Amino acid sequence: MNKIIKREELNPTVTLLVVEAPMVARKAEPGQFIILRVDEEGERTPFTIADFDRKAGTITIIFQIVGSTTMKLNSLKEGDYIHDFVGPLGVATHTEGLKKVAVVGGGVGCAIAYPVAKKLHEQGAEVYSIVGFRNRDLVILENEFKAVSNHLEMMTDDGSYGKKGMVTNALQELIDAGHKFDEVIAIGPVVMMKFVSQLTKKYDIKTVVSMNPIMIDGTGMCGGCRLTVGGETKFACVDGPDFDGHLVDFDEAIERGKMYRDFERHQYEETCNLFKKEVQ
Amino acid sequence: MHSKFIDSADLSAQELNKLHNNFQEVAKGLTEEEAQAEAAKCLHCKKPMCVHKCPVAIDIPGFIAKIKERDYEGAYQIIQQSSSLPAVCGRVCPQETQCESKCVRGVKGEPVAIGKLERFVADWHNENVCDRNIPPEPNGHKVAIVGSGPSGLTCAGDLAKMGYDVTIYEALHVAGGVLVYGIPEFRLPKAIVRKEIDALKQLGVKIETNVVVGKTVTIDDLFDDGYEAVFIGSGAGLPRFMKLPGENLKGVYSANEFLTRVNLMKAYEKDSATPVKYSENVAVVGGGNVAMDAARCAKRLGAKNVHIIYRRSEEEMPARREEVKHAKQEGIIFDYLTTPTAIIGDDEGFVDKITCVSMELGEPDASGRRRPIVIEGSEHDIKVDCVIMSIGTSPNPLIQSTTPGLDNDSRGCIITNEDTGLTSRLGVYAGGDAVTGAATVILAMGAGKTVAKSIDEYIKSKEK
Ligand SMILES: Cc1cc2nc3c(=O)[nH]c(=O)nc-3n(C[C@H](O)[C@H](O)[C@H](O)COP(=O)(O)OP(=O)(O)OC[C@H]3O[C@@H](n4cnc5c(N)ncnc54)[C@H](O)[C@@H]3O)c2cc1C
Ligand SMILES: Cc1cc2nc3c(=O)[nH]c(=O)nc-3n(C[C@H](O)[C@H](O)[C@H](O)COP(=O)(O)OP(=O)(O)OC[C@H]3O[C@@H](n4cnc5c(N)ncnc54)[C@H](O)[C@@H]3O)c2cc1C
Ligand code: SF4
Ligand code: SF4
Ligand code: FES
Repeated sequence: MNKIIKREELNPTVTLLVVEAPMVARKAEPGQFIILRVDEEGERTPFTIADFDRKAGTITIIFQIVGSTTMKLNSLKEGDYIHDFVGPLGVATHTEGLKKVAVVGGGVGCAIAYPVAKKLHEQGAEVYSIVGFRNRDLVILENEFKAVSNHLEMMTDDGSYGKKGMVTNALQELIDAGHKFDEVIAIGPVVMMKFVSQLTKKYDIKTVVSMNPIMIDGTGMCGGCRLTVGGETKFACVDGPDFDGHLVDFDEAIERGKMYRDFERHQYEETCNLFKKEVQ
Repeated sequence: MHSKFIDSADLSAQELNKLHNNFQEVAKGLTEEEAQAEAAKCLHCKKPMCVHKCPVAIDIPGFIAKIKERDYEGAYQIIQQSSSLPAVCGRVCPQETQCESKCVRGVKGEPVAIGKLERFVADWHNENVCDRNIPPEPNGHKVAIVGSGPSGLTCAGDLAKMGYDVTIYEALHVAGGVLVYGIPEFRLPKAIVRKEIDALKQLGVKIETNVVVGKTVTIDDLFDDGYEAVFIGSGAGLPRFMKLPGENLKGVYSANEFLTRVNLMKAYEKDSATPVKYSENVAVVGGGNVAMDAARCAKRLGAKNVHIIYRRSEEEMPARREEVKHAKQEGIIFDYLTTPTAIIGDDEGFVDKITCVSMELGEPDASGRRRPIVIEGSEHDIKVDCVIMSIGTSPNPLIQSTTPGLDNDSRGCIITNEDTGLTSRLGVYAGGDAVTGAATVILAMGAGKTVAKSIDEYIKSKEK
């Protein structure tokens, strides 16, 4: 049982929670994740460690409300408890030796990209951040990114904030302007990571993506999180979640992500109805 | 040869219909009169071969004698001296290759049903005796156990009885290891496992779930935290795949994933948060207990046709006879001497069929079993919408990769001294599937017992 210390709504669909988890905080590194179960009967659901405080013994997660579990998680208040909370899982993002990096975040993926940008900044690397959102209302962590970036490019699909366009447009412009990146780190929807990787492949810029397949145990036991990387099967929970974007089979990953779509939609509607009833 | 009770559970067609979503225990226990009749068959051999073949050497004629006297608690106490999980082993031990295989009564084709008697005694005890485990006087020494499968639970129990302050660290959100996430409810009711775990807690054993050793804490952290010895009973949970084309299609599971969804996450309950997709035609690849469990679960989830695809013949199949028998009764289709070569998907990337070839048996290979050889031109498709790969597991490398100086062999198994369970690191012991690769509950339990003794000797020797 882990206590929620702080809860903050970053935008109408994205919430931040600071959770008491001293054992996890002791070991956490950027790029790692936790798995939680909201309640006794809940499913095991992964979330990236958005921030951690070893002294206070807390872990921050930022999540988007997309389905039944995230909706239930969003209904918890400060002082409530999360039933199960395990981590840190996965391999930390490699940042050693990087001098100039483009960090590309899409939507709630920005929550995952932010701690990586912060770590790079703290170790003295030049950080070029490109963040993309569908529209102005969904923008999160803008000031946080500003504080750790040499340059921040804000993109929205509809142009309601920052520049109009995709994160790939902004990355292309930086490359065209002659910027030489040691590495591009792209975190967001799988399709976005796919297109970023296609772009950087042309210029032979090493690209790291953070994959988010469906997971259960998160310890390498079920194989449900498997994906194909350079022709080999990898388990995202123990071998990743970071992988070489030029080697990942994105199309397969996108397909596998749809395995339970109908079920998830149904669960979501059920949960919505449940909450509606409670309100009435 | 096996005891007649394996044949006693024939299901009528009506009962087969009732299988749907029915996860109640299948194998019935003996009634008191059946137990008496069965016990009467034991000849109390001077040199009981049955005991010799039990990995923990239970005094079999001894406990059967107590059954004859109707002193069931006395029988329980005898079994308890060698086994800490009799209700579990009585149900899941491969008796036909262990104790019952060498029973002298087996010569005439009817070995004593030792496993069933063991289960009878354990169930009798659980129903009639209310254990009040009183924690012994603490001896002031702390021991950490990694993993809460049968090896970890046994080691923890034995150490706690000696007065050790024992903490079990378990990666998942519930304790029990394969007993809870792998073996299904209809074969081993979870209430039995829970009872064993509650008994340990009464003895003062602490269980910390949601701790992945190697990630949340390392073995070295545990020593820093004041533990004097560590037992690694982390099992062999890493699933193998065959590298077949199409193995990552939607609808292909490892048996671990399928069984975890069904058992641990209760996907068979209507409102479970964790789903498993409904499948009409299922192929399970493999021939062990795990394959039988996956197939029988799939059937219960409503599948019309469930195939077991096994590359050798029935004779070589490693699953317990009782499981095979039940699987057949439940209508599972056995495709022997068959091996898959590819999985084919439909337009949406879901499994559509599995391509297989037929095999014939050649000369015996290194394992002593006859090697299957592909028959030229025997390729054929089986229409399925779900494939469950159940071709074995190996130990998860997580702990070894985060523990400097802990040696393992080429298969990823932790190397230990056979007599003591000591690894290449001082104070670090290991046992169960993590050492042997996927094996049995009773062997894991035996290893836990051995290590508890070694740890006690080690810590006492330090005191001097
Ligand atoms: C390593 C890892 C780290 C993650 N970190 C974060 C994070 O920091 N913040 C965050 O908001 N989410 C994160 N996710 C995704 C998060 O786990 C899913 O959003 C969550 O499982 C949704 O659960 P649900 O029951 O609310 O929705 P569901 O009903 O499960 O799904 C609703 C919708 O979301 C899609 N979806 C389901 N699972 C995933 C997934 N794993 N990734 C992407 N889309 C999915 C479904 O296709 C469906 O359209 C992470 C996933 C992984 C594997
Ligand atoms: C489906 C199935 C059916 C089976 N049927 C039979 C049968 O009928 N008869 C029989 O005798 N045997 C059977 N077996 C085999 C038997 O269950 C195993 O041999 C036995 O459980 C091994 O016990 P163990 O203690 O070594 O490990 P496990 O039972 O595997 O337990 C290991 C535990 O350690 C935990 N763990 C792993 N890594 C870590 C870590 N890093 N940190 C913390 N915790 C960790 C795991 O989550 C797990 O709970 C079956 C196995 C399966 C999978
Ligand atoms: S523990 Fe297993 S092998 Fe030993 S007597 Fe019992 S059933 Fe037989
Ligand atoms: S071998 Fe058979 S008959 Fe002899 S003691 Fe063992 S169970 Fe009894
Ligand atoms: S989530 Fe089960 S192996 Fe990765």
